[in-house]
Amino acid sequence: MLISEETRKKLAELKDKYPTRQASIMPALHLVFDEFGYLGVEQLDEAADIIGVSRLDMNETASFYTLFPKQKVGKYLIQVCTNLSCALMGADNLVEYLEEKLGIKLGETTPDGIFTLWNVECLGSCGTAPMMQVNDEYYEDLTREKVDELIENWRKGEGS
Amino acid sequence: MEKILFKHIDTPDQNKIETYMANGGYTALPKALKEYKPEELVEMVKKSGLRGRGGAGFPAGVKWSFLPKGTDRPVYLIVNADESEPGTFKDRQLLEYDPHQTLEGTIISAYAINCHDAFIYFRGEFAYAAKVMERCIEEATEKGFIGKNILDSGYDLNVHIFRGGGAYICGEETSLMESIEGWRALSRQKPPFPAGEGLWRCPTIINNVETLSNVPHIVNKGAEWFASIGTEKSTGTKIYCLSGHVNRPGNYELEMGVNLKELIYEYGGGILDDRPLKAVIPGGSSTPVLKADEIDVKMDFESLAAKGTMLGSAGVIVMHDGTCMVSALHRLIHFYEHESCGKCTPCREGTNWMQKILTRMIRGEGKPEDVDLLFDIASNVIGNTVCPLGDAAAMPVMSFVEKFRDEFDNICNGGKPKGTLKFPFK
Repeated sequence: MLISEETRKKLAELKDKYPTRQASIMPALHLVFDEFGYLGVEQLDEAADIIGVSRLDMNETASFYTLFPKQKVGKYLIQVCTNLSCALMGADNLVEYLEEKLGIKLGETTPDGIFTLWNVECLGSCGTAPMMQVNDEYYEDLTREKVDELIENWRKGEGS
Repeated sequence: MEKILFKHIDTPDQNKIETYMANGGYTALPKALKEYKPEELVEMVKKSGLRGRGGAGFPAGVKWSFLPKGTDRPVYLIVNADESEPGTFKDRQLLEYDPHQTLEGTIISAYAINCHDAFIYFRGEFAYAAKVMERCIEEATEKGFIGKNILDSGYDLNVHIFRGGGAYICGEETSLMESIEGWRALSRQKPPFPAGEGLWRCPTIINNVETLSNVPHIVNKGAEWFASIGTEKSTGTKIYCLSGHVNRPGNYELEMGVNLKELIYEYGGGILDDRPLKAVIPGGSSTPVLKADEIDVKMDFESLAAKGTMLGSAGVIVMHDGTCMVSALHRLIHFYEHESCGKCTPCREGTNWMQKILTRMIRGEGKPEDVDLLFDIASNVIGNTVCPLGDAAAMPVMSFVEKFRDEFDNICNGGKPKGTLKFPFK
């Protein structure tokens, strides 16, 4: 069993909360994602068994939603919005700056497994562009200085 | 003008129930429950002229009145907090800074439509807003504003939070319902409309966050008061989201019908670096673009429709003369291609095809005939899909090509792009 006891308990509570068991799937995906940071087939199968839906339905639904990585990603998943409003405020250069700083290209993870860099579609933060989401948090009105400070703090936290 | 929705947006701790109540919050709820029958509230919202703030502008009270009368099936209310239209960021501010306003509007509206289970569907990325709302629901439950026999009225209501998974399509109401039900969010055919067959095939009303946030104020101050603000057919205020090349980007709550030029130059402080304006998208990325000489227009549903565009979600994206319109369109179509749910062939294949054409254009590999081809594809997508995502992808393409044809022709005939999308980052 991969899923922790605590998450299993929360998943079990979802089972008969809604008119159909299928409706427990979205909240279940979030619970599994919160624990692992990604949704693997093994975790999805386990969760499906707990909430009482078919493994197929669970995996089909999960595959539709791009918020959840389907494979393990870095501890800090950096997602830069490159949609139009952010692009107008320098998002493409922000991506380049991060690529240089982290020594990886878009879509890649640093060899130490600390950072993954993605670009994503509009995050609803267009008035404070450029911006990025790192795990659950938004970082807005970004400047080189702010990015330097953030990355440094995260690296320090990892003792590297 | 006195602000309605943003009156307390900067008040510290406004997202806590004590502060919200000290500032007049939760006075509309007891009034609604004690002084009005549900159908009287529907009439009141109809009279106020309140129109949907999510994009379509459909009158909220009229939507509510489409529910079947005397049904024995449960009626559901869904608050659409899946704000994802590029250029739009108003609901997030309402939900993070004054969430009880939205929640009070939700409770009153649920009572008006005889709903006992309301769902707030947050876009998955709004983790913080969802967490805040979770606490607000607990606070409101403790005060007896949610739960059994609310304020001794005999009315019961549960409010549930759902979080999406990063799919723009879920802002479309039928896809949103598929998502709550636990499926891949493919849009549903209409009719039947959600008021007849919605969530779990039961009668359902879906309203945007900003729409419902207005309801407590309408109950407190009356339908006539609300209808006196704005224009005759677009009543109340609107939160305009200003982004892109302006000096002061942000959300501005102003009367419906504010002039777009005034919005950009006075409220927004003009164009970044004092450069000349090139183009403005007035209502979120899906709405047809306006040229610099077309912005002397009132920002309401009718006036923008008369200019061939839409108020949409009022996400105003400003582009100065240094912007390459081909690259800007490429960025938008990349989005629609990514977000198409794949159900309808014209949208699934059309967005992909248009993206491929635009990609070769920005690489300098476009062929002269590509410009007409691009327009032709868009005109065959529009109107031919189950949900409006196909239209939303086609409208920017058609308007960009029509209004900035010279840039497209130039790039497809070996010319250098007239601008860039690679702007400096401080």
